[in-house]
Amino acid sequence: MSRVHVSAVVNGEPVEFLCDPTQTLLDVLRDQLGLTGSKEGCGSGDCGACSVTIDGRLACACLALGAEMEGCSIGTIEGLAQGDQLHPLQKKFVEAAALQCGVCTPGFLVASKALLDRNPDPTETEIRYWLAGNLCRCTGYDKIVRAVMEVAAEMKETAR
Amino acid sequence: MQQTTYAAPRSLDEAVGLMAAAGGAARILAGGTDLLVQMRAGSLAPGAIVDVKKIAEMTTIVEEAGGFRIGAAVNAAEIGEHDALRRAWPGVVEAINLIGSKQVQGRASAGGNLCNASPAADSAPALVAAGAILAVQGPKGRRQLPVEKLHAGPGRTMLERGEILVSIALPARPAHSGDAYLRLIPRTEMDIAVVGCGVSLAMEGDTCVAARVGLGAVAPTVMLVEAAGAALAGSRLDEAALEKAAAACRAACRPIDDKRGTIAYRTKIAGVLVKRAALIAARRAGGH
Amino acid sequence: MSARQFKVVGTRPSRPDGADKVTGRARFGADWNMPGQLVGRVLRSPHAHAVIESIDASKAAALPGVKAVVTSADFVEQENRIVPAGEMQVNLRDVTRNVMAREKALYHGHAVAAVAATTDAIAREALGLVEVRYRVLPHVVDVEDAMKPGAPILHDHLRTDGVEPRPTEPSNVAKRIDFAKGDAAKGFAVAEVVVERRFRTAPVHQGYIEPHACLASAAEDGQVQLWTTTQGHFQVRGFCSRLLGLETSQIRVMAAEIGGGFGGKTVVYLEPVAVRLSQKAGRPVKMVMTREEVFRASGPTSGSSMRVKLGATRDGRIVAADATFALQAGAFPGSPVGPASMCSFACYDIDNVKVEGFDVVSNRPKVAAYRAPGAPISAWAVESTIDILAQELGMDPIDLRLRNAAKEGTKTHYGPTFNRIGLVEALEAAKASEHYRSPPRPGTARGVAAGFWFNVGADSSAAAHVGEDGTVTVISGNPDIGGSRAALAMMAAEELGIPYDKVRPIIADTASIGFNFVTGGSRVTFANGLAIINSVREVIAECRRRAAKLWEVEPDAVVWENGEAKPASTNVGTFEPLSLAKLAGMAGKMGGPINGHSQINAQGAGPGFGVHVVDVEVDRDTGIVTILRYTSVQDVGTAIHPSYVEGQMQGGAVQGVGWALNEEYIYDRNGKLENAGFLDYRMPVASDLPMIETIMVEVPNPTHPYGVRGVGEVPIVPPMAAIGSAIARCTGVRMTNLPMSPPRLSAALDAAAPRLAAE
Repeated sequence: MSRVHVSAVVNGEPVEFLCDPTQTLLDVLRDQLGLTGSKEGCGSGDCGACSVTIDGRLACACLALGAEMEGCSIGTIEGLAQGDQLHPLQKKFVEAAALQCGVCTPGFLVASKALLDRNPDPTETEIRYWLAGNLCRCTGYDKIVRAVMEVAAEMKETAR
Repeated sequence: MQQTTYAAPRSLDEAVGLMAAAGGAARILAGGTDLLVQMRAGSLAPGAIVDVKKIAEMTTIVEEAGGFRIGAAVNAAEIGEHDALRRAWPGVVEAINLIGSKQVQGRASAGGNLCNASPAADSAPALVAAGAILAVQGPKGRRQLPVEKLHAGPGRTMLERGEILVSIALPARPAHSGDAYLRLIPRTEMDIAVVGCGVSLAMEGDTCVAARVGLGAVAPTVMLVEAAGAALAGSRLDEAALEKAAAACRAACRPIDDKRGTIAYRTKIAGVLVKRAALIAARRAGGH
Repeated sequence: MSARQFKVVGTRPSRPDGADKVTGRARFGADWNMPGQLVGRVLRSPHAHAVIESIDASKAAALPGVKAVVTSADFVEQENRIVPAGEMQVNLRDVTRNVMAREKALYHGHAVAAVAATTDAIAREALGLVEVRYRVLPHVVDVEDAMKPGAPILHDHLRTDGVEPRPTEPSNVAKRIDFAKGDAAKGFAVAEVVVERRFRTAPVHQGYIEPHACLASAAEDGQVQLWTTTQGHFQVRGFCSRLLGLETSQIRVMAAEIGGGFGGKTVVYLEPVAVRLSQKAGRPVKMVMTREEVFRASGPTSGSSMRVKLGATRDGRIVAADATFALQAGAFPGSPVGPASMCSFACYDIDNVKVEGFDVVSNRPKVAAYRAPGAPISAWAVESTIDILAQELGMDPIDLRLRNAAKEGTKTHYGPTFNRIGLVEALEAAKASEHYRSPPRPGTARGVAAGFWFNVGADSSAAAHVGEDGTVTVISGNPDIGGSRAALAMMAAEELGIPYDKVRPIIADTASIGFNFVTGGSRVTFANGLAIINSVREVIAECRRRAAKLWEVEPDAVVWENGEAKPASTNVGTFEPLSLAKLAGMAGKMGGPINGHSQINAQGAGPGFGVHVVDVEVDRDTGIVTILRYTSVQDVGTAIHPSYVEGQMQGGAVQGVGWALNEEYIYDRNGKLENAGFLDYRMPVASDLPMIETIMVEVPNPTHPYGVRGVGEVPIVPPMAAIGSAIARCTGVRMTNLPMSPPRLSAALDAAAPRLAAE
């Protein structure tokens, strides 16, 4: 199969890669760019473990082709922390025990950040519906939702 | 091993040309939320993938003729963020915004949802109720068809080889009209509709003067249930009229037993949803 | 045991693996790669039941890019021998056949052959070139159907165990077990109220988000390295060594971080295959299951057919109980019918009990453990029946349970007598909860259920190494599936009297620490905790000896307090306390490194009890159930890290919600699984649920230095019956089959409408 050459931006850094036309963005991230933080839970867009942002929009990396990423800006879990500073969501997830096994955590963090970027003051219901595309089997979602609510409240305080 | 090609044409003509050159082995890629799933499952192995997201007409929402022309490849999240569209056609927008998770919403398109032709497609019943008209471009040029004429059967459309769904036109909204879409799913999110019902109606005071009812997931294709619309039109949306519309929907159902629902259940729910959706549409029309 | 004042235990520090897990740095099973690695893929049976007449893989092997092919011929035949696998028992003869089919394909998805190739595409193409000749046989999936005379037989050699005289004809009933206490017939004779119902449950899957994955690298000298996502890497080593004819010391297994297990990762599927492929190819082989493969070919739990009968006197005393539990084992014997039977009435002090259980094979994947295996299934039946009894007696459902609750000294129907337990405390806490004391909102109703799990101890090896600056590494050998490594570090810090952040826990590979039984049975905090505390006590003892030597006093004149060696009293003399850091700095001059280790078979695991309270609303027109409020109450022994204990209580409850309302394996008439994905295998999503309130009741386990009880499994036992009871009290309709999905509930409501209208 003749491969497609793609130039894109990942977590603010320019990247170039060659991919098969049928290779997903998730495959490219994990197998070619060494970014294994995004996980494959299902490969069919039903679990959200591969959540990334594409041009600022929350998406499943398993539902995009690497070839489609020409000129796009992609955000993954690896880009959440700034240098050695964890994002408030990352800190809160650890403090609030919002993860147990941790495999769904990258997806939840990317999705939660996408939510707070759009809606800095979500209600519990809004959070739950926004995160409905992220499956967690360990926590029952309680501590995850609380963590997002607390970060939203704290970021609102800081913004004041 | 098959060689799949990928191309991202910048014009509709180029896209039509690529489709023609592939001789039926090409697939349109908009959001990819159906195409990639089917490729991954092994049920599809396209010879050519034609990415339409660089074609302006397919990726824009334009207000025209008092209504809207929605590019077939506009993603659902963008549709949800279009204030004017949402105000005018809340049922259509909420239906499109029910396609999958927030992640899927960031990519999925109404055009893709329609062309995938699942009988349970969320966008279909509300668009049918709205009387949407589709613009299609192919080797023989452009044509239009009402959305309820698009589906031929599960997974099949009436599009001819090489044709591309370009945009979806919603008519100007009469005053005091409203629409709504409801679906029954076992959870609160993330499920394919067991039944989907779209109702669009116009009110004059307390009386409904016009109504269209679209019903999905209860037949091989989405249905325009004319008898249900007729039962609502001219009524005050009282319980008797609603029950008549429900009976019409139940009668129109030709559902199957599958892993998502039984014939009996789907039939019953079709009646339940049309009543509930009609009342929401009426409330939005400001007439109840 | 008097309430001990803890400094670290009971607080909520950050977990040691937190930073890695929130940044994506942590490496799960599919995140490990080696240069030159090949992709391994498995060919799976398209038939639910078939004789494998021949396999010709020559064309596949000849495809350019294919470096190795394996079939059952590549695995050593195993003797008929039972070994523990997590909380279940498995037969090695069956294990090797489940890993790769031999004589027969026994379920749709059963592994038949495997290839390793340079790319995934080539591997998949190669699978298409493997020629398998099947002779398709009639199949049977449902547990009741499999028990019927004339049902298709899976194993001609299988005779029902536990039946006298021993049967001569083959059967799908692998085993019959029974437990008895007192005389059930006499008990029922004096009962004033008798309730009896039949129940069914559908098979469900553990639903871990991370598919099975491993990376095997076999060297030319016979040594093997294996990275895998597993609940027990020593278990993996053991299975691989047996199935492949290797010595355990030749295989070194590294446990990757694990993305959920719940019992489903206590056995092997890909690992022996990957190792064998790697041996044949001379290159590393990586194998990752797709989600579809996980559903089709890993180890979901049993479906069941059950009957429960209870007899009581009008004052609420249960005088007799009688139950039959038939659980599916899948393709090979070994369902959790034993624990299901044992846990069934464990919450109650009943004088006369009779329980009969059947282990039934059928053409589905071999079941693996799923969080308190068997107990949630029998609890669905028993706890629902208890609720029916409460309704018949006009008694509050908690009061009925309190009236009959098991206590310290109660002899269970399956044999042991309870030590100090916390069921009564949990029931009383549930009754006193704000949730229970506030009446359900109009149009909603409340359900209650209790649950029990034994919890286990088993083998643990651990070590504590003191670094030259006095910071400590504690080493254990159990994959951390729920936050246990934080708890282990906390117990070590508590015991040593040093701050939590001076202790780092690691999970060592099979070559670097002694044997550990699997992570399961809610045992890690208990058993590894014990081993780590013992290791740390060795460190402390050594420190005291060294201080004593320095001070020229007897060791028992030296005490250890707050991380320092001190004279036991002023009589001993006046000496400056010696901190761990100080002693560590002098270690070389005082006899060498300061390490402690411990290897135990932990005894005295304390059983756990849970009581769940749930409020629901039912949309009568659609059968949709909304969980409005949920409280999970449990006796947790001592909550080492309360946040992670709460997490277990919440996570288990939500798995139970899914099991109650929507999860089930749906088969077509060819025995093929129809819903092998997250779209139609419907697990709860965030919008389905409210917050899950937790009430931790601490009744310390007297046999553990910190009072630890296992907590992970109990929370999945009560939810289904609690929800079923709430639905019954809301609608007047008692569901007896799971799941209570909208189409089923709607049909039941419609069927009951005439009766309810008449009432």
